[in-house]
Amino acid sequence: MADPNKVDPIHQFAITDIFSIGGEGAGFNIAFTNSALFMVITVLAISAFLILSTGGRGLVPGRLQLLSEMLYEFVANMVRSSAGSEGMKFFPFVFSLFMFVLVANLLGMVPYFFTITSHIIVTFALAMLVITVVLVYGFMKNGLGFLKLFVPAGVPGYVLPIVIPIEIVSFLSRPISLSVRLFANMLAGHITLKVFAGFIVTLSSFGFVGWLGAILPFSMTVALTALEFLVSALQAYVFAVLTSMYLNDAIHPSH
Amino acid sequence: MEAEAAKMIGAGIACVGMAGAAMGVGNIFGNFLSGALRNPSAAQSQFGNLIFGFAVTEALGIFSFLVALLLLFAV
Repeated sequence: MADPNKVDPIHQFAITDIFSIGGEGAGFNIAFTNSALFMVITVLAISAFLILSTGGRGLVPGRLQLLSEMLYEFVANMVRSSAGSEGMKFFPFVFSLFMFVLVANLLGMVPYFFTITSHIIVTFALAMLVITVVLVYGFMKNGLGFLKLFVPAGVPGYVLPIVIPIEIVSFLSRPISLSVRLFANMLAGHITLKVFAGFIVTLSSFGFVGWLGAILPFSMTVALTALEFLVSALQAYVFAVLTSMYLNDAIHPSH
Repeated sequence: MEAEAAKMIGAGIACVGMAGAAMGVGNIFGNFLSGALRNPSAAQSQFGNLIFGFAVTEALGIFSFLVALLLLFAV
């Protein structure tokens, strides 16, 4: 699969060590990988942007502060409409998730940069974080009344033994669908981009006629890059909206 | 049959799942358009719901693409 004469769309996802503590003989290996490096870059980029743009604290915002305020209001409106005004206590959580996923996805679009959300373990960790917060807060606030979530309103009693297991399974599938949605979108998008880019290279190897033909996969790659930017932002938005909806279930657990 | 051939055939069959996702996505946008033509002033307020519904429906198609990719590259 790693034949240098063939196009390989998979090696872009390889995790490499930058430096590590421990190693072969030591029995443990704490490695700072390229994935960890890009997570650090993401956090630094978000923090630098937000702190520097709002540091001036203008009453009439300048351009950068306007951008920060637009992001803040966008997520705040989303949380308020999905989870109510009680849900605003989770606003820092949802905003952090939204900004992290958004900037991580967008950083992955830069050539030669690593897309951290294209690994299931990263998105699964984020999704498990969300579900853990929902479960812990749901049981803390409502006690066993949180289990009313599995009994939808207006369902006649004789149907309940069928509906309740279905509701439980659909709840348990939430972390899976949340994580796989983001992971599969990023993975599929980047593989498709590399495959079409590989077509340009393969076609160009056929001489002058090949160069003319290579215009087709080139325009497709340009269109796909635009689509990937859209999908990156969209997936961040969907992750945040679903998080707000699940938190709404924890705060008000009746259907 | 060799495992390699079976994986390729399985990847091809997995792509059939995207047909359902395509119908679902068309359904969402079609219903939004017909509703927007009846009540244009309320259409802009539902744009967020439109994009959200599109993304969760598209996810199912991407799941099937993921199964195909897993068969080709990861198993």
